[in-house]
Amino acid sequence: MAVEVVLLDFWASMFGMRVRIALAEKGIKYEYREEDLRNKSDLLLQMNPVHKKIPVLIHNGKPICESLIIVQYIDEVWNDKSPLLPSDPYKRAQARFWADFIDKKVYDTGRKLWSTKGEEHEAAKKEFLEILKTLEGELGEKPYFGGETFGFADVAFVTFSSWFYALETFGEFSMEAEHPKIFAWAKRCMQKESVAKTLPDQQKVYEFVLGMRKRLLGE
Amino acid sequence: MAEKVVLLDFWASMFGMRVRVALAEKGIKYEYREEDLKNKSDLLLQMNPIHKKIPVLIHNGKPICESLIIVQYIDEVWNDKSPLLPSDPYKRAQARFWADFVDKKVVDAWIKLRSTKGEEHEAAKKQFLEILKTLEEELGEKPYFGGETFGFVDVAFVTFYSWFYTFETFGEFSTEAEHPKIIAWAKRCMQKESVAKTLPDQQKVYEYVLGVTKRSLGE
Repeated sequence: MAVEVVLLDFWASMFGMRVRIALAEKGIKYEYREEDLRNKSDLLLQMNPVHKKIPVLIHNGKPICESLIIVQYIDEVWNDKSPLLPSDPYKRAQARFWADFIDKKVYDTGRKLWSTKGEEHEAAKKEFLEILKTLEGELGEKPYFGGETFGFADVAFVTFSSWFYALETFGEFSMEAEHPKIFAWAKRCMQKESVAKTLPDQQKVYEFVLGMRKRLLGE
Repeated sequence: MAEKVVLLDFWASMFGMRVRVALAEKGIKYEYREEDLKNKSDLLLQMNPIHKKIPVLIHNGKPICESLIIVQYIDEVWNDKSPLLPSDPYKRAQARFWADFVDKKVVDAWIKLRSTKGEEHEAAKKQFLEILKTLEEELGEKPYFGGETFGFVDVAFVTFYSWFYTFETFGEFSTEAEHPKIIAWAKRCMQKESVAKTLPDQQKVYEYVLGVTKRSLGE
């Protein structure tokens, strides 16, 4: 049976990257379609009428939206290799909790690092470092958030590592100096082909963020 | 093995209610502990140090946090009766999508409704009604969001029914007049013992919210 998998995405989206990594982990062939976020395709608007956002996975013509929901779907359908979620329900709940924490905290606060100034920016810097401290605490001495193997929470967070240079620059901190465990974990993940081949170059992302900041703050 | 299940919760929380409905659906005996949100217990702070929020389910001493994660955990562990999530991965992804939609949209829209005046309030009202319209369209002619049987999305949204009188009074609209299918669906859910025994009286919730709002406005 010909399996048709299409991904509507945007190259710099850490949410889209999660799906790309999951697809690569499972060895799934798919068609990648780059969206212009300022001129969204009819297909995107048709497949995700509720949020009108990428990523959208289209599997045999049927859409699945929201990156963490897509990753869980991929894990459940292509369940023959590279399990991303643990089999134990309690560990699964913990994995979901941390992926949800990343969704709730990292993006929004990270965004404030490059899109705000003055007091708001100072507050965001402080908050972001607290978030990294919390994640480092959760990682502990484990090689991955998932434990011995790369898993759901790793997929959820590792895509932000392509934004590290941008976040460090605007956040005025050094990941390596201040959060060495996260830095080491990100490097460990980059040893995996699925991650290395998916994540864009940090400098390229930085230039993209610079462009967004200029448009937003009019600099 | 004797299972010990404890729920840290707050009576008016639509998030906590989701867990109560799920536990009731599965016929699970548990100890309910009411939290004073202005004076959180040591147990709550110890069991949910990250968010410090209710609900928290403590199963044999181990905490699970975030209402939708807890409901999925309950569904997976007590999988012998009343399945809440579908068995088909695609339908499961759709259920997660709509529960996530409720989480992302309804509370934010309510906050805007209760904290704005004039033009902003009118816009908030419009937004709230749009959300109800979207949900009504998703429900369609189905008896439940889950289809023929009460499921995950129904659990995620029905708890908000206990807040409808509050939403309607602050928002100056009638759900029954604008979105009758939603009311019909809610009443259908209220026929279920798990829902009827969990949801507090709408008037009681309204009086609580009024009290909180007055205090926050210094009245």
